[in-house]
Amino acid sequence: MEAWVGLFVAAGCVALFMLAMKVSNLSTISAGDGYEIIARFGNIGGLAVRSPVRASGVLVGRVSDISYDTRSFEAMVTMSIEKQFNQFPTDTTASIFTAGLLGEQYVSLTPGAEEEVMKQGDTIMFSDSAMVLERIIGKIVTDKLSE
Amino acid sequence: MQTVTAGSWLDPLVHAGRRAFSFLERTGRAGLFLLRVLQSIPSVLLRPGLIMQQLFSVGVLTIVIVLVAGAFVGLVLGLQGYNVLVRFNAEASLGTFVGLTLVRELGPVVTALLFAGRAGSALTAELGLMKATEQFSGLEMMAVDPYKRVLAPRMLAGFISMPLLAGIFSAVGVLGGYFIGVGLLGVDAGAYWAQMQNSVDFYEDLMTGFWKSLAFGFAATWVALFEGYDAEPTAEGVGRATTRSVVSASLLVLGLNFVLTALLLETNP
Repeated sequence: MEAWVGLFVAAGCVALFMLAMKVSNLSTISAGDGYEIIARFGNIGGLAVRSPVRASGVLVGRVSDISYDTRSFEAMVTMSIEKQFNQFPTDTTASIFTAGLLGEQYVSLTPGAEEEVMKQGDTIMFSDSAMVLERIIGKIVTDKLSE
Repeated sequence: MQTVTAGSWLDPLVHAGRRAFSFLERTGRAGLFLLRVLQSIPSVLLRPGLIMQQLFSVGVLTIVIVLVAGAFVGLVLGLQGYNVLVRFNAEASLGTFVGLTLVRELGPVVTALLFAGRAGSALTAELGLMKATEQFSGLEMMAVDPYKRVLAPRMLAGFISMPLLAGIFSAVGVLGGYFIGVGLLGVDAGAYWAQMQNSVDFYEDLMTGFWKSLAFGFAATWVALFEGYDAEPTAEGVGRATTRSVVSASLLVLGLNFVLTALLLETNP
């Protein structure tokens, strides 16, 4: 009987462990010892906290906070970048892209050419706002009309 | 209180009032009962043999039904999810669908319902029979506290078993969905796991499910123990208590699930 109980508890723990490592994102959560950089956007579209931050398509961090700056009337996006990716130059560009036509939105970092690298709390100088589908469609329609 | 003679036009009201009073009284007794059981738990921790025995009858004997149910639920989720997603050309998201439904909702809830049906009914029947054969009085005569000797180990076993069972259910279900989606319907294996990992969050989804299963285990065991301990000490009474135990535990689990989901869900209204 004790063996069965042992087996039961072991099976339960294995199941929970499998759920944690294989099903959930625990294995990809960083230890939280990365650094944070800030980017300002005119429009963040559907970006949300925990949206991915990618460089050349590789996941390098996640959006940790989104707020609205009432003085510059811009969105302030704080991104937590993993500490092994600490070589981004100060003239890096941040853009908001959409994965696929209707997929989730993410921040894409395109490194520049400066020698100096960004550190905790730095602000990105160049940014491209999110492409809002309605605006693109509106643009196409007005372009067609003006022809 | 003024008594009303039978046959009066007030009869339905009197009846309803009596029902309400007895409901309130039972709820109060159940609360006091829970308090006494919880008070007895620390002294049980010194006797792991008792807990072991109950873990066997509550947990191990429920494993088979949970394994089979989990596998079939996973298989159905795989089929249904694939059929819907393939219309949008999004069958690669099958992992997301299967993972989230199992971890967040179906794992804890279906396991709790099965638990109430398999382990809860057995607990109630056992305790009811113990009461009908006056074993509790016998224990008290021997200066053994039935709360410490009989009830607290069962409570603890239910509390420990439920999260483990729900974990097993979800894990088996995910594998079932994998079998259907990847094995039979040709979804890419890498996409299945990667999409799942991308969307199932450890804290917001997995831990939510875990807290839920803990709460359900607590509620279902509480109801089962109280119904058994409170059963009328007759053959008929034990039967009625067993039925009531399964019904009220299931309803309590479903109601509690709504409340917990509303409280724990990220997009709180």
